[in-house]
Amino acid sequence: MTGMGFITPIGKDLETVWTSLVEGVSGVGLITHFDTTAYPTKIAAEVHDFDPEMWMDRKTARHIGRYCQFALAASLQALDQSGLDPRSMDPDDVGVIVSSGIGGMEEIERNHTALLERGVRRISPFMVPMMIADMAAGIVSMQTGARGINFAIVSACASSGHGIGEAAEIIRRGDAVAMLAGGAEATITPLTMGAFCQIKATSERNDEPQAACRPWDLGRDGFIMGEGAVMMVLERMDHAEARGARVWGEIAGYGASSDGYHFTAPNPEGEGAARAMRKALAKSGYSPDQVGYVNAHGTSTKLGDIAETKAIKSVFGAHAAQLPVSSTKSMHGHLLGAAGALEAAATILALDRGVLPPTINLDSPDPECDLDYIPLRARPKKVDLAISNSFGFGGHNATLVIRAAESTLEVPVLQ
Amino acid sequence: MTSNLKFSELQELAAEILGVEPDQVGLEKSFARDLAADSLDLVELIAAVEDKYDVELPEDTLEAMHNVGDLWEFLQANARQEA
Repeated sequence: MTGMGFITPIGKDLETVWTSLVEGVSGVGLITHFDTTAYPTKIAAEVHDFDPEMWMDRKTARHIGRYCQFALAASLQALDQSGLDPRSMDPDDVGVIVSSGIGGMEEIERNHTALLERGVRRISPFMVPMMIADMAAGIVSMQTGARGINFAIVSACASSGHGIGEAAEIIRRGDAVAMLAGGAEATITPLTMGAFCQIKATSERNDEPQAACRPWDLGRDGFIMGEGAVMMVLERMDHAEARGARVWGEIAGYGASSDGYHFTAPNPEGEGAARAMRKALAKSGYSPDQVGYVNAHGTSTKLGDIAETKAIKSVFGAHAAQLPVSSTKSMHGHLLGAAGALEAAATILALDRGVLPPTINLDSPDPECDLDYIPLRARPKKVDLAISNSFGFGGHNATLVIRAAESTLEVPVLQ
Repeated sequence: MTSNLKFSELQELAAEILGVEPDQVGLEKSFARDLAADSLDLVELIAAVEDKYDVELPEDTLEAMHNVGDLWEFLQANARQEA
């Protein structure tokens, strides 16, 4: 991993995001994107003051959806940090995966309103390219010159966990030298928020937005919708070393599974999540005892918090009692299809900087959730190996194993 | 027949949709060649022009127009908008 880009509720560049993570800054506030008078949930983690024309020309900005604008801005940051230019190498060797859980909801809603109120001829000819969930990957290719393997992965809130894992596999199997991989989402819209309110999945702690996302805390009452994009440059190690790129961390393993259980609820024993973690560790060649940090999916819902806690205990056994686990969602909210990418990036930064980000708002832990969740404050700790979990509606589970660039661990010989 | 339309308003409208500066939208400019408008842009432009000027602008009519001046003449002859 040689570069990262961020458009998030807690910062629109790496250093701001990192400062927010270690200082426990919440990006949650009252929704400003639309009138929430009739909504039980009136809070979300919005991206504020995003000017797409900092990253693209006016016409491009006008013709792509908000989630695509985020993806392009984050991709350009990641390439800039990495120093990789697809146009200065064989562009067919650079692929793009931008995952999104939903795609361009705002654009669907706007055009549906136009259809009902003003008729079929007022549907924008750009609606389809603005809303389809694969378009971010297409736009990033058009704007960066990366012409290799290119698509989107849609697996709800696990989308970019899968995206980064699959991108690493694409490089490993030789189909690309480098991949731009991550996720983008922009679903703080009237229809989407209303739909999540109807599932009773979102927090209604409207009077204390910054305290609303409280994974593993007894006072939790649902997740907080976020928006944004995080993209990273993954690159074959010998290629990165040959060009002298700074390596921030490594994707050492990836495992995925399905609960096969329910539309929206996780398996209450966390059985599917545990299988994803075990597979990822097995593929990395490391043992559970070598893991020093878990960046949890941790959405701040009772069912999810308990299931993930049980899953971690079943995978790590006695080691779970000493294993620090945190949910950075407590700060940046739930970016749905971009969540896995933001959390993988947070994990890489935690290993790089030797500081584990906290779970903020964890004042009164649920007795059923009894791991070390790094409550309230960041913890300085040098860790060589971590995992990042992402789970999605539909029962999709993805786990990434991340190794520090400066790791003292031996690289296992894989079969 | 309305003769009190302001050309600057059409310039601003077209500029917004085509992603150019208003003063680039000159009477002699071709939509496709000079203003880089593709077929999707023109569909969007038709909708915006119809709304603003309360006219019907069939797609083949716009396609038959060579430049911004042709559209401007059409609007002056057909617009029902009160300026």
